[in-house]
Amino acid sequence: MKQAANNPRLTGPEPHGMVKFKQRKKAFSGNENLTGWLFISPMFIGFLIFMLGPLIYAFYMSFLEWPLLGDARFIGLNNYQNIINDQEFRIVLKNTFIFTAGLVPLNLMLALGLALLLKEKMAGIGLFRTAIFVPVVTSLVVWAIIWKYMLAPESGFINQLLGLFGIQGPAWLLDNRLAMPSVIIVSVLKNVGLNMILFLTALQQVPHSLYEAAALDGAKRWRTFWHITFPMIMPTVFMTMIITTIGAMKIFAQIYVMTRGGPGTSTKVLVYYIWEKAFRHFEMGYAAALAFVLFFILLVFTLILWQLRKRWVFHEN
Amino acid sequence: MRIKGSHVIKYIILSIISLLMIIPLIWMMLTSLKEPARVFTQFFPWPIRWENYVEVLANTVFLRQYLNSIYIGIVVTVGTIIFSSMAGYAFARLNFFGRDFAFLLLLSMMMIPPEVTIIPLFLFMRELGWINTHIPLILLPIFGAPGAFGVFLMRQFFLTIPKELEEAAKIDGCSRWKVYWRLMLPLAVPAISTLTIFTFLQNWDEFLNPLIFINSRELMTLPVGLSLFTDETGTAWHHLMGATTLATIPLLIIFFFAQKKFIEGMTLGSVKE
Repeated sequence: MKQAANNPRLTGPEPHGMVKFKQRKKAFSGNENLTGWLFISPMFIGFLIFMLGPLIYAFYMSFLEWPLLGDARFIGLNNYQNIINDQEFRIVLKNTFIFTAGLVPLNLMLALGLALLLKEKMAGIGLFRTAIFVPVVTSLVVWAIIWKYMLAPESGFINQLLGLFGIQGPAWLLDNRLAMPSVIIVSVLKNVGLNMILFLTALQQVPHSLYEAAALDGAKRWRTFWHITFPMIMPTVFMTMIITTIGAMKIFAQIYVMTRGGPGTSTKVLVYYIWEKAFRHFEMGYAAALAFVLFFILLVFTLILWQLRKRWVFHEN
Repeated sequence: MRIKGSHVIKYIILSIISLLMIIPLIWMMLTSLKEPARVFTQFFPWPIRWENYVEVLANTVFLRQYLNSIYIGIVVTVGTIIFSSMAGYAFARLNFFGRDFAFLLLLSMMMIPPEVTIIPLFLFMRELGWINTHIPLILLPIFGAPGAFGVFLMRQFFLTIPKELEEAAKIDGCSRWKVYWRLMLPLAVPAISTLTIFTFLQNWDEFLNPLIFINSRELMTLPVGLSLFTDETGTAWHHLMGATTLATIPLLIIFFFAQKKFIEGMTLGSVKE
């Protein structure tokens, strides 16, 4: 309707100045092809140079043997074949999956639990929300450095605290079995606040009338949660699950700061391995192939979660 | 507000978790004021040693890294906002050949992990002699996944601005560039401020790029600089904790004053559409 009012053809005979207006209008939108491309050209050209080009080149590199000294040599699928037979790659892949499988459920459950606790209005609730969000604002590297220090074997804060109760704390990050769980917990604490806020927003958008209806039917709290709240926030749960999973599969900075993949290979993850191969051993071709394997795994994960989402999410606005 | 019985348990649980979240930061700040010999033996610093901070600030490498982080963050943020708002405006409002294809191509770039492109980019930058310069640290985020996300965000915002406003400017004979620069950009300030926080914080935390492209300590940004601080001085925890405190406090202060905007910016990456 508003459009009609602005359209000169629908507002009666053309006033005198209309011809001029039309000319101007033509000049204005006249060469939208050129104008449009000019507007997007800085971004678009940048993308071709710094994203699309390197992506295609990385794919090509994954078929090359490219040592530090000497020339690159085409070796077909050898890099990919070597990855399949690479014992260290298997360990690294397993570690990456363990990290993801540990972090994602812990993070999501804690975030949802906190969001449910913080949903209702209570005195001082804002203070708790702020406190839980503080680590999200803290730089990841700073967070990892502090925890490395707090988890130090004898003099660290955690073990001194345990010492007060007469418990001899373990050497968290220097222990084969404890290093990975330690990194997982530290990572969960760092980011749980972000997912908590997302869940909180989703919870607040559930229509109140649904809860009232459930109360009228005499539904218990647990049933109300399971049959009303949970289905209603399912889209958010899936979205955060996808994002958290992708982030977990690409974990690097915490590992670099806290353990350097150690002790042994117990916390060496995929991105750390790619970094080591490319920039420590300078096996560029092999590293490029590894990076494509990572890309492929991420794609498969996203697709699987997306399919599950289609099946499980009934409510979507 | 009256406190109910069931609330007491909630308060206890929330207090414990909140403490877990802030104890590391409190511990960091307290340690930064301790005497070197007492770093591991006391909880509260006594006597308080303010000289730690004088010594940290006398560390010129740390100061350089701090300034690098700030200036690279500003350049990247400004660049991202200008280029992504230009592209976002065109995608939202102009009708040009190949628009939808170009937009889809840009969007698909958000899916590509930077770990894949960083290896050829390293070789590319080495050819150009840009290793150990700030050029890759500035160009890669602007024209990488964060920039693509900016384009998407700005386009979505410009789509919500009523077309009538532009029509009025057309009648006044404004050029497209003027409409974008004088009219649309000022209207987009809410979206721009959120994108600013998002971009700056993401860049403040960026670790992989500086680790790979920078070799000398004076050119590093804070995250990599701080991670190497541990290696070099080994046990100078009181200095390291002072440095990390200085790196964290400004952001925390801004966060406390602009919480709503901050949370909006930080959750941006997760709330597409």
